[in-house]
Amino acid sequence: MKKLILGLLSALMLAACSDRQSHAHAVYMLVDTSGTYMQELGKARLVINYLLGTLNSGDTLAVAEVKSRSFSEKDIIAKATFVRDPLQANVQKRAFAEQIAKFSASTSGKKGSAYTDITGGIIQAAQFLNETGAARKSVLIFSDMQEELDYKTVRDFPIKLAGIDIIALNVTKLTTDNIDPRRYLDRLAWWEKRARSAGATDFRVVNDMEHLERAFARK
Amino acid sequence: MATWQSWLFWPDNAVASIFVLALIALPFLYGARTPVHSTIRSLSRLISNPLRITARWLFVTAQELRARNQIVLLAHGREEVGKAIEREFERIAKVVQRDLHGYPTLQRKLMDEITRIEEDYQKCGEVPLPPPEWTKAVAAIAKIKPSGDGLVEKILDDISASIDKIYAKVVAEYRRSYGERHKILKGFMPFWRSVDRTLSRVDQNLTSLQVTAGKIDAQIDRYKEIKSGADKVEHALTSSATNQFIISGLVMFIAIGGAFVNFLLIERPMSAMVGGGDYIFGNLQTSQVAAMVIIFFETLMGLFLMESMRFTHLFPLSNIDERMRRRMMLISFSILLILAGVEVALALMRDIIVSADVALKQALGGGVPAATAVDNWVTKIPAAGQMILGFILPFALAFVAIPLEYFIYSARTVSGALLVMGIRGLGLLARSIASTAKQAGHTLIMLYDVIIFLPLVIERLVKMSFGARATALPAPAKSGEVASFPKRPTNPPTNPMDTSERSASGDHTL
Repeated sequence: MKKLILGLLSALMLAACSDRQSHAHAVYMLVDTSGTYMQELGKARLVINYLLGTLNSGDTLAVAEVKSRSFSEKDIIAKATFVRDPLQANVQKRAFAEQIAKFSASTSGKKGSAYTDITGGIIQAAQFLNETGAARKSVLIFSDMQEELDYKTVRDFPIKLAGIDIIALNVTKLTTDNIDPRRYLDRLAWWEKRARSAGATDFRVVNDMEHLERAFARK
Repeated sequence: MATWQSWLFWPDNAVASIFVLALIALPFLYGARTPVHSTIRSLSRLISNPLRITARWLFVTAQELRARNQIVLLAHGREEVGKAIEREFERIAKVVQRDLHGYPTLQRKLMDEITRIEEDYQKCGEVPLPPPEWTKAVAAIAKIKPSGDGLVEKILDDISASIDKIYAKVVAEYRRSYGERHKILKGFMPFWRSVDRTLSRVDQNLTSLQVTAGKIDAQIDRYKEIKSGADKVEHALTSSATNQFIISGLVMFIAIGGAFVNFLLIERPMSAMVGGGDYIFGNLQTSQVAAMVIIFFETLMGLFLMESMRFTHLFPLSNIDERMRRRMMLISFSILLILAGVEVALALMRDIIVSADVALKQALGGGVPAATAVDNWVTKIPAAGQMILGFILPFALAFVAIPLEYFIYSARTVSGALLVMGIRGLGLLARSIASTAKQAGHTLIMLYDVIIFLPLVIERLVKMSFGARATALPAPAKSGEVASFPKRPTNPPTNPMDTSERSASGDHTL
């Protein structure tokens, strides 16, 4: 009996000394809603659904749109930290998917924003992700990575992305890129340099929407 | 940086340069012969001696360990046989208590039946009364010869009629008497059968006792053999322990597989109870640890249950009384039952979670939802299967205690034997290296002498020319001294073994 009680106590002690280090994964997805990229929203939904299917309890997901000025919480379309109970987390995921569907329906037929403030969105994403305290932080940028700012918007300053993975998704080629592919390559190189100089742990481009698992594959 | 070519007198002619260098070096090498020999010998001893000591120590340790293993093995064997004898005695006690307990009653019944049979038999033995005296008179009349006299004829006819009448009466009486005796004999049958049955039962009991006694005899013989500590017994016990080790290991491996299935069954729903995103160590989730804890608890309860049921003897529970043992059995069984119930609930929950997950992924995939299956008993089979599995596996795991006990006891013997083998192997390796080092020293000494053969030949010639060959030649090298230059033998050795033995011993006299 004594041994049994000791065993129970040991199990309780083991349960009590839980690992305080977070193992959660926080993902912030920026969806470009400017100009012609609005048409790609259907693909963005696929990515969001993939994320909902793969993220586990304790993980965080936020989806925000990239507009003319994106450094704002108002641009967040939906966000959720999935609870520990798998059944409740399931309900949350369903609600999240519905919110995205509503947003998608509300934007259909509408004109996209005139400018594309990717940097503002990234800064907002970094702030959000750092607040979650997750062990792994990822920013997904669903955009053509062509930043266009109005003359009043200031974004040419160093940003901080320490400990964050930057993943550019579905980076479509613009008409000008087709004329001179160097523009496309230089654009990506510029963003990679900017991300890495800001302290990002990784920068990668995933254009194949059939293999989204590559976006989160660890090197 | 100086290269080897800088040592050459004539870089273009390496052979000549090396030859001249060798000629210059020879006197120095000859002069340094004695200290070089000593150094080589010391170095070889430096390596070989500690290794030889180590090898000796290892062999002694292996011997001690083997003796210790033998003691443990024989003690375990004695204990096992002792337990077997104890069990056989318990069986005898049960047989005696169950079957021979009513033996006096049985005997009384048997005696009664035998007495009854005897009485009846005596009754059967009573013969009918002999024929009356008048038969003699009839015999005398029968001797009268027929004379044709009417009176006599009439008398004889009357007598004949009377006799026939009496005869018929006597025969009827006789038949009745025999009929009665047959009836008595017929009445024997149930008693005979009863006696037969009773005797068969007694025979059966006695045969059972005889068989058990035979088993005890065999175990006692085995016990005596173990006590004698013969090598044959030790080998037999070791072999038996190895078999037990392999079989119990195999059974435990299967049980681990069962435990793994059990873990998969409850790990996922556990996240609903203890939280899905919590971690304990590294990537080990709290839900996984909780599932493992439940499985370990089930195994632990199984151990206690088996122990309290006297199936295993892993813990020293011999000093607890029967009441306490029964209480312990009840508690461990109750906990096991509760845990099995918890597993059933978790299995059901797992099914719900998996179904919800599949439905969500289907919805997220954007595909057309599959037609909902008709809600009948067939669709409930997977859930029912999981629930049954969840209930059975904890009880199946409880039986791990039996192979575990065998595994632990046999592991001591097997690991002990392996350890002895390993130590002996190390000892052999150390001895081989020591021998190699010693031989390498001898070879180096010989090689050195081969290199400086020219000065050595000159030395021998000089000594021969002085005519003091006998005195000039040094005494054979003793242990620890420098070997002398080999002298040419006057008679070559006839036995090839002599040469090899000399080479091995370091005596290089040719």
